[in-house]
Amino acid sequence: MTTEEHTARAMVEAVGIGRDFTVAEGRFPRRVKRVVPAVRSIDLTVRPGEIVACLGPNGAGKSSTMKMLTGILSPTRGSLRVAGLEPSRRRTTLARRIGVVFGQRTGLWWDLPLRDSLELTRHLYRVPAAEHAHRYAELTELLELGPFLSTPVRQLSLGQRMRGDLTAALLHNPRLLVLDEPTIGLDVVSKATIRSFLARLNREEGTTILLTTHDLGDVERLCERVVVIDRGSVAFDGGLDGLRARDPGSDIETVVAGLYRDGAARP
Amino acid sequence: MADPIAPRRVPHLVPRPVQDYARLAWTWTRTAFQYPAGLALMTTGVVLSVVAEFGAVLVVFWRAGELAGFSMAEGMVVYGLAAAAFGTADLLMGNVERLGERIRSGELDTMLVRPVSPLVQMATDDFSPRRLGKILPALGILAAGLWWAAPEWTAGKALVFAVLMVSGVVICASVWLVGACLQFFVADAREAANSVTYGGQALTEYPLAVYGQGIVRAVTFTVPLAFVSWQPVLYVLDRPDPTGLPDALRFAGPAVAVLAAAVAALAWRTGLRHYRSTGS
Amino acid sequence: MLVHGAVYARGLRRYSTYRAATLAGVLTNSVFGAINAMVLLALFGARPEINGYDATDAVTQVFIGQALIGVTLIISGPSLDLSTRIRTGDVAMDLLRPVPLQSWWLAQDLGRATFAFAWRGLPTFAVGALLFDLAAPDAPLATVVSLLLVAVLGFALRYLYTLSGFWILDVRGLWTLMGFVGPVAAGMMLPLALFPAPVADVLRLLPWASLVQIPAEIYLGKDTLPGGSALGGLALQAGWATVLLGLGAWVTGRATRKVVVQGG
Repeated sequence: MTTEEHTARAMVEAVGIGRDFTVAEGRFPRRVKRVVPAVRSIDLTVRPGEIVACLGPNGAGKSSTMKMLTGILSPTRGSLRVAGLEPSRRRTTLARRIGVVFGQRTGLWWDLPLRDSLELTRHLYRVPAAEHAHRYAELTELLELGPFLSTPVRQLSLGQRMRGDLTAALLHNPRLLVLDEPTIGLDVVSKATIRSFLARLNREEGTTILLTTHDLGDVERLCERVVVIDRGSVAFDGGLDGLRARDPGSDIETVVAGLYRDGAARP
Repeated sequence: MADPIAPRRVPHLVPRPVQDYARLAWTWTRTAFQYPAGLALMTTGVVLSVVAEFGAVLVVFWRAGELAGFSMAEGMVVYGLAAAAFGTADLLMGNVERLGERIRSGELDTMLVRPVSPLVQMATDDFSPRRLGKILPALGILAAGLWWAAPEWTAGKALVFAVLMVSGVVICASVWLVGACLQFFVADAREAANSVTYGGQALTEYPLAVYGQGIVRAVTFTVPLAFVSWQPVLYVLDRPDPTGLPDALRFAGPAVAVLAAAVAALAWRTGLRHYRSTGS
Repeated sequence: MLVHGAVYARGLRRYSTYRAATLAGVLTNSVFGAINAMVLLALFGARPEINGYDATDAVTQVFIGQALIGVTLIISGPSLDLSTRIRTGDVAMDLLRPVPLQSWWLAQDLGRATFAFAWRGLPTFAVGALLFDLAAPDAPLATVVSLLLVAVLGFALRYLYTLSGFWILDVRGLWTLMGFVGPVAAGMMLPLALFPAPVADVLRLLPWASLVQIPAEIYLGKDTLPGGSALGGLALQAGWATVLLGLGAWVTGRATRKVVVQGG
């Protein structure tokens, strides 16, 4: 395949994207502004149907990268296309093509029963009623939402809420699902449910999934490809096997920890 | 299933943001009615707050007889206009003042990944009919004041008056939004902005002639709250401007409203752009 | 008492970090004070004296009221973190402390009130004095004592509102109501002297009046005080403080039993 075709078909195509923040330091009269690169330069291509996990220590630039991919944050440099669009310019259109879940907070409405939240999502994403009904029934069954559909979101357990969030993000049938720490804080059973659901979604519907995580269990269960981000750059991009091969004697956690340390040792 | 990457074309006559606004507001209203006791209590609270506020206005006019040349009936028209306009702006837009909280909690990010204007989402969040507890009594006071003051009505005058009232609501909402947008730049700006928004409301509840020329000019030409209650009252009562500004100003309300809305839209866009380049 | 001293100091320190908010508070209170003062000046322009109040008295009271907003927090929402702790159930931990809940929060709130008085109340009053003619205190010592009682009373009232959270699920309605009725009954929006005499006489005896009206009358040296003197005014304030704190202690006991029985 030629490079052009490849580009046209990629779900995420990031070339050298970076984001600088200006921080002011010191007390008022002597404030000095300093430019700090949160993300230096990231190259990332995600092809349709892939599941890619983004790893990296806290503060490595994962969240900023995810914010750029979803159009929340505009990049300082580089070129970026997600689902064929430039996120920062076409944020609203992009929102209809991708699904986004932030594990740390909910995309549902805190005070509304889950059912109302999902119904509202359908309207905001303009999903036709028949298509919605089909998809809603399917997701409700797969994620076993039935028992708590009429519970206000704030009363749901973390695991229930995450299942609700996933449903809301998938009702409009996006081809790309972006998940920021989807299993954070979940118990073993909830994690397993979420993982097998994501694997099935990818296998049966071909949904491309890009997720960030600190949980290597997510990676081992779900992903063939791992991207390690450290200090705002890509420190590793390749298969799980490639990651293991870097240090055949150790388990995967040690390898990843070693990658973080390497990064920290860099000037 | 249709190719989801192709944008869906849903035929519609009403602009999308308006549809989304109505949908969100309706959902919140339904939720509010699911806790009728809480809603009743909060609405009562709002009604009594109007009673308290208006009671103070009545006491002042009762003691003064005439305040800066305005009778109690005319004072009621001023109060009714101001309270109705601010109440309506609060109903439609009031929640934007919680912008700072939304930024700190990350909720704004959640709003940005939905295909709906974040302004619409923020304005409708916690939309509640309890705020009618301010608007309806205010309209009642306005009607009573107009009946008592008994200006001469023509169909044209009623129409112009209605337009001036709507302009007042737009101006209030715009001032409110500009105040909220400061929170994009300064995290703790909420209370400072409140001194303009709520202070402005308090100011417009009395005939502006009370405050002297300097302040009247400030709220005519900088923060244009004079067009919320003062200029409409001069128009409907057909009075010359006692502060010496040209009488033609009373017809400027709609133009000022358009200008204020444009400034507010610009403030919102600038603020959002700033947020999206700093993430804070 | 040692514990209370530490809690007081903690309250004082904690609130002294909110510099920007305090500055904004001074701005808001000054703006509202100025608006109110101008309305009253227009009113007294038509009638030089009403029930022993002249324009200077009225404007002085307006700024006393605005200066005390930060101390009493009579207008804003649930100011004690306690209401959040009641909603989340964390209050169970507070109830387990060897120090009684009420005196613990009283000490902390007095710390906050001290800071609010120094950095929000006094500057607001100074702005008022700069912009308008304000009266000098008639009885400085009695005024100081009265202000101390204001801080205690402000706490005692809010503590009772807050504890209602044990029985009412959503206290926002109550706060909205109290946030508007309180200031009127306190004489913060308008000096009670302007109200029809029978209404004013009743309101003067209610606890809210002891937050602004009574201290203002002590400051101005008015003979409308109970017993006609500053001492009578102080007695009224002290009486309400005792009653409300007693009520607070009793309600705390009821709430504790409720938490113990229901397990939080």
